[in-house]
Amino acid sequence: MKATVHVFLKPGVLDVQGKAVESALHGLGWPDVAHVRVGRVIEFEVDAASPAAAEAEVKAMCEKLLANTVIEAYRVEIG
Amino acid sequence: MKAAVIVFPGSNCDRDCKVALERSAGAQVHMVWHGDTELPAGLDLIVLPGGFSYGDYLRCGAMASLSPVMAEVKAAAERGVAVAGICNGFQILCEARMLPGALLRNAGLKYVCKPVDLEVVNSQTRFTAGYRGRRSVTMTVGNGEGNYFADEATLDRLEGEGQVVFRYRDNPNGSARDIAGIINERGNVLGMMPHPDRAFEDDLGRADGALLFQSVLASA
Repeated sequence: MKATVHVFLKPGVLDVQGKAVESALHGLGWPDVAHVRVGRVIEFEVDAASPAAAEAEVKAMCEKLLANTVIEAYRVEIG
Repeated sequence: MKAAVIVFPGSNCDRDCKVALERSAGAQVHMVWHGDTELPAGLDLIVLPGGFSYGDYLRCGAMASLSPVMAEVKAAAERGVAVAGICNGFQILCEARMLPGALLRNAGLKYVCKPVDLEVVNSQTRFTAGYRGRRSVTMTVGNGEGNYFADEATLDRLEGEGQVVFRYRDNPNGSARDIAGIINERGNVLGMMPHPDRAFEDDLGRADGALLFQSVLASA
């Protein structure tokens, strides 16, 4: 099964990359762009008996390595 | 004093730390590869050095915090052995949850490399006892992700319990409450972004860092 993990800084944690990208977009002629957040997408194949089991495994991976839950939130998609 | 410096792939201050410990504190220093599953017996201090372990992949310090040797470092810390994480080492200690909080990208987006003046907030630790009576010391920072972050409750607790050890006088990276270095509750695990290993003798411009290594020696 294909797993996709989205990792973003939590709301309230300063995202300086997002701020820099937002400022660049403003400079390129899109002055209305707001609330840019830069995150990370991690894709991989996972072997599991069911989508629910896969999701549980991938969440464990997020807690252990893929995200730092002190500063980041994550979202898992299976399939 | 017997010390170990952990060498991760991508560490680049490991040998600086070895020389600093030898010259400033007369320590016997063992270099320990991150893949090792044993530490030398009788260590007084373990140093996690600066650098770019694992190329800073995923997050600074994330991969290193799961290196085989880190289980031994954690066990040693639980036995009371002193552990100091400098720069990338501080990031690794946070990722390993041996210290609270995390290091974010610098608020100014730039890599900052320069001497910084630090306030010694707590000189009653085994790492900072030598600074007693000194309000200010100077060491060098060199980091792109040195912006200390923790939630407000954690910051309040750190300040209330005397766990903030060093504070920037002129914050170079946006760190919460100007925090440059913290210590764990037990007082044996220190993390700091400035480099005492780049300021341990006058020929390097500053010698203030030597006192940190000498303090650990005196407490051993």
